[in-house]
Amino acid sequence: MTLAKDARGTEDPYVPSERRLERERYKRARARRATAVAALSTLVTGVVLYLVVVNAPGWQRTRETFFDWGYAREAFPKVLEGLWLNVRLLLVCGAAVLVLGMLVAVARTLRGPVFLPLRVLAAAYTDFFRGLPLIITLMIVVLGVPALRLQGVTVDPVLLGGTALTLTYSAYVAEVFRAGIESVHPSQRAAARSLGLTGRQALRHVVLPQAVRRQVPPLLNDLVSLQKDTGLVSIGGAVDAVRAADIIVGRSLNYTPYIVAGLVFVALTIPMTRLTDWVTARTERRRAQGGAT
Amino acid sequence: MRSVHRAPRRAVAAVTVALLATAVACAPQPEEDTATGPSGSPGNGCVQGELATKTPGRLTIATDEPAYEPWFRDGDPASGEGFESAVAYAVAERLGYGKGAVVWQRVPFNKAFAPGAKTFDFDINQVSISDERRKAVDFSAGYYDVRQAVIALKGSKAAKAKSVADLKDVTLGAQVGTTSLRYIEDVVRPERPAAVYARNDQAKSALRNGQVDAVVTDLPTAFYITAAEVTDAEIVGQFENRGSAREQFGLVLDKGSALTGCVTAAVEALRRDGTLAELEQRWLSDAVDAPVLK
Repeated sequence: MTLAKDARGTEDPYVPSERRLERERYKRARARRATAVAALSTLVTGVVLYLVVVNAPGWQRTRETFFDWGYAREAFPKVLEGLWLNVRLLLVCGAAVLVLGMLVAVARTLRGPVFLPLRVLAAAYTDFFRGLPLIITLMIVVLGVPALRLQGVTVDPVLLGGTALTLTYSAYVAEVFRAGIESVHPSQRAAARSLGLTGRQALRHVVLPQAVRRQVPPLLNDLVSLQKDTGLVSIGGAVDAVRAADIIVGRSLNYTPYIVAGLVFVALTIPMTRLTDWVTARTERRRAQGGAT
Repeated sequence: MRSVHRAPRRAVAAVTVALLATAVACAPQPEEDTATGPSGSPGNGCVQGELATKTPGRLTIATDEPAYEPWFRDGDPASGEGFESAVAYAVAERLGYGKGAVVWQRVPFNKAFAPGAKTFDFDINQVSISDERRKAVDFSAGYYDVRQAVIALKGSKAAKAKSVADLKDVTLGAQVGTTSLRYIEDVVRPERPAAVYARNDQAKSALRNGQVDAVVTDLPTAFYITAAEVTDAEIVGQFENRGSAREQFGLVLDKGSALTGCVTAAVEALRRDGTLAELEQRWLSDAVDAPVLK
């Protein structure tokens, strides 16, 4: 009759056994001990690191040269001003790269003999621009194109630099998309076709959505990478965050501005990285549940 | 759950060990004991050819790559041709190191001033002396009085400038880390931000391609660029020195280097006996025919 009692909300007849209580006490004690040990080892590590760094010969000069508060304060607003250029480049180039990369990837996966030249061109493009070092692409586009004195072609170093970034990164992203497209099981396409969708409709409504969703983590990786490489457009004379730091370093021979610029970039990248991790984890969870990926 | 916890904990332990290992392994070499050599006492203890150089019996001199005209000829500092190459050998001679005892090293401008032991005895690279930089490095006495000049394409709007105010609405370019850039920021204060280049030849190509209206460099470089490299450009004029202080190029030595006193004494001696003036005459064009922009 215990069940009926329970339902009426009278006292719970369950009394944990002595053995169970003992087990729980033991578990709690172990957990406390683990926390204490972890805290202590972290503290010891911190102290040892601090002592090693501070007592290292040359620390004094390193601190003066790399961690000077006065220079950090001077550099921060200028670096932020330069960072605005990096952010704008990231947004515009990022959008252009996604579009162009997708077009190239689709061109590479088209079926049918008539599309052979398109496939060959797309493959040649990705091979070439993935292999060509970004800095060379930038030099050729930013410093070489204006020398051609083409009518109606801009000489603005920022636009040219953005073009070079887009060319290189589209090749990377095209490969990411292509891997995604090819990872969609052929049965999906076959099923779509058997439902009466045309080849184009199957690609557009069945294959690409799955391909893109699957490729979000590597895409975000490339985006983080692009964000850091936007600084390279400064070879054309535009002042970005790194170059802004460079200017102060050149004048003062103090390296603190580099540290400031580096930290600003890291601060910008961390949210992106966390987002990538979160998206990956979510995808994994869904896949583990056997849901749609 | 235990195993889940254990992995990160083990990772922390591993990282700790690794960090400690690197911290110990990468501890910098101790700074040189500067008390052994006399410093700042010219002519005193500067034994000819027996200074406390990096390599005993040899004088290691650094400069950037590429090395530009008119400071170096054909990008080769060891030729003795070009103003700075000639000055370097003259200073070496004074210190008792003949041509055969001089070793050249190529060190990028920014790298030459990183803290820690230097790989060279002194660096000669058109570095302007400033109090701010003195906190990071030692300078010899100045070996050249430098003035900044503006160059622009012939017939352009910038080329017609008669004063600093006329340059306010043109796009100016300069090399990063140079006094030229500071002149743009402090003296001209143009409406559009200056274009900043890693190297002078990029500034030159930007001028040629119309990406900037005018470029600021030191006067000898300006003369060389307009005479030999961008022949459709001309010197618009030269700036007056900022404030009343003379701007001078100096040889760069490690902070607290034992050689600073001896090198300074050598440079001063070269100035006294007219060698510097003679080398200037020989390698650098006369600067009188560039109008001064007020």
